Amino acid sequence: MGKRVGMEVSIAASEAVRLANVDVIAAYPITPQTHIVEHLSEFVNNGELDAEFVPVESEHSAMSVCTGSSAVGARSFTCTSSQGMILMSEIIYCTAPMRLPVVMVLANRSLSNPISIWNDHTDVMSIRDCGWIQYFAENGQDVLDHVLISYRVGEDRDVMLPVIVNMDGFSLSHVIEPVELLDQETVDKFLPPYKPDIVLDPAHPVTMGAIVLPSCYTETKKAQDEAVKASMPIILKGWQEFGDLTGRYYHPIEEYRTEGADVLLVTMGGIGETAMWAVDQMREKGCSVGLLKMRLWRPFPFEEFRKAASKARMLVVVDRAVSYGGPGGPVASELRSALYNEPKRPLVANFIAGLASRDVAPFDFIEMVDRAEGAFKKGMEPEYEIYGVRE
Amino acid sequence: MKREQEYKWTDFERGYVITEPGSSREYHTGDWRSQRPIFDKERCIKCGVCWIFCPDSAIRFDTEGYAETDLDYCKGCGICARECLPGAITMVDEEE
Repeated sequence: MGKRVGMEVSIAASEAVRLANVDVIAAYPITPQTHIVEHLSEFVNNGELDAEFVPVESEHSAMSVCTGSSAVGARSFTCTSSQGMILMSEIIYCTAPMRLPVVMVLANRSLSNPISIWNDHTDVMSIRDCGWIQYFAENGQDVLDHVLISYRVGEDRDVMLPVIVNMDGFSLSHVIEPVELLDQETVDKFLPPYKPDIVLDPAHPVTMGAIVLPSCYTETKKAQDEAVKASMPIILKGWQEFGDLTGRYYHPIEEYRTEGADVLLVTMGGIGETAMWAVDQMREKGCSVGLLKMRLWRPFPFEEFRKAASKARMLVVVDRAVSYGGPGGPVASELRSALYNEPKRPLVANFIAGLASRDVAPFDFIEMVDRAEGAFKKGMEPEYEIYGVRE
Repeated sequence: MKREQEYKWTDFERGYVITEPGSSREYHTGDWRSQRPIFDKERCIKCGVCWIFCPDSAIRFDTEGYAETDLDYCKGCGICARECLPGAITMVDEEE
């Protein structure tokens, strides 16, 4: 077992990158991800991490460097937020079909405009279909563990996909939490060196990322879709092996006090911990409420979600992004789709909350459950509501 | 080699990596052409400017060193004709 120490979660993320012994880091500082890049550049400068640190001129270049370095067989890391992510998005979409297991920590932040440096999930939801495996962390330990798990899973021969570790900006990235650092020996046991079958090498020339004509494009997309789906067993295996080594077992959907629950709150990311408080308070008052916390967003854990949600009468889904003029928050609309063909399915209420770091307190979750109950009792089934908006 | 229409989704290398170098030669981009360059040997000074500027590497030299084009790959863009110093290249419509 490693030592349990208090540290800023961004520092914990950097420590994980150091422990993963990456070969190339290319990143551009942007709030609230900055501390990760700063800390990593210190590691490299001080000789604590033998990696190439490329101080790129933009995020577009950061992702281009990482895609290229991964293609030559180097373990590659980047991290960004919001506008930076949008600038790199052209290349983000290239990395997955090329099957290059880059790992990125995304310190989630609102997208402009209006300019906001604060936290919600509007950035990552805009690249929902980029083809990367996507985890959501709930606390500092999750972040550290999932950087390591990401390399283990992404670089698996049966996966070979890039991975995003989402962590909420500020409410996770800038808080100091107790984190257990793993020792290098444990990490090395868990994470073998990156050895891809095919690399860019002048001695054995290959072409990566070539043009594909309409006669074959559909087939490449089918292959990509199947690859993401096929990563699921390896993701589960990765968590199992990590748990066996550290005692920390993770699941696609984490359940909290769901035994016999009539109503289930559903969250993704850091607000899950606050929702646990709310569930405790409601349970104390005799309300039959539990909590589902989505840890895996891509591939979407259909089987686990249906199993976890099937017995409830009502889901209260808390989204942290808006789909303007759409069917509701992205999480709720996907959950609804996942349930549509079920013979017995719970009612789904959807609240969009916590935009740009607006507080979502335990009493807000209680209020959402109450309001959803009230609406359904009246026979209303609203698509979604932007919670807490001043009218 | 398999024709592109015969590929199933399971037939690609992972990440559709192309492991056979130079296979793009089999794709005859000259099919797109609506104009072709005509080379006038009387004017050609064998300077190679057309060879430098051709974006498709479709210019080659005959045994005497005069420039000519490989119509399998020439897209008929006309850059060679525009750049040719002695004016030895003219573009003509394919129909003619």
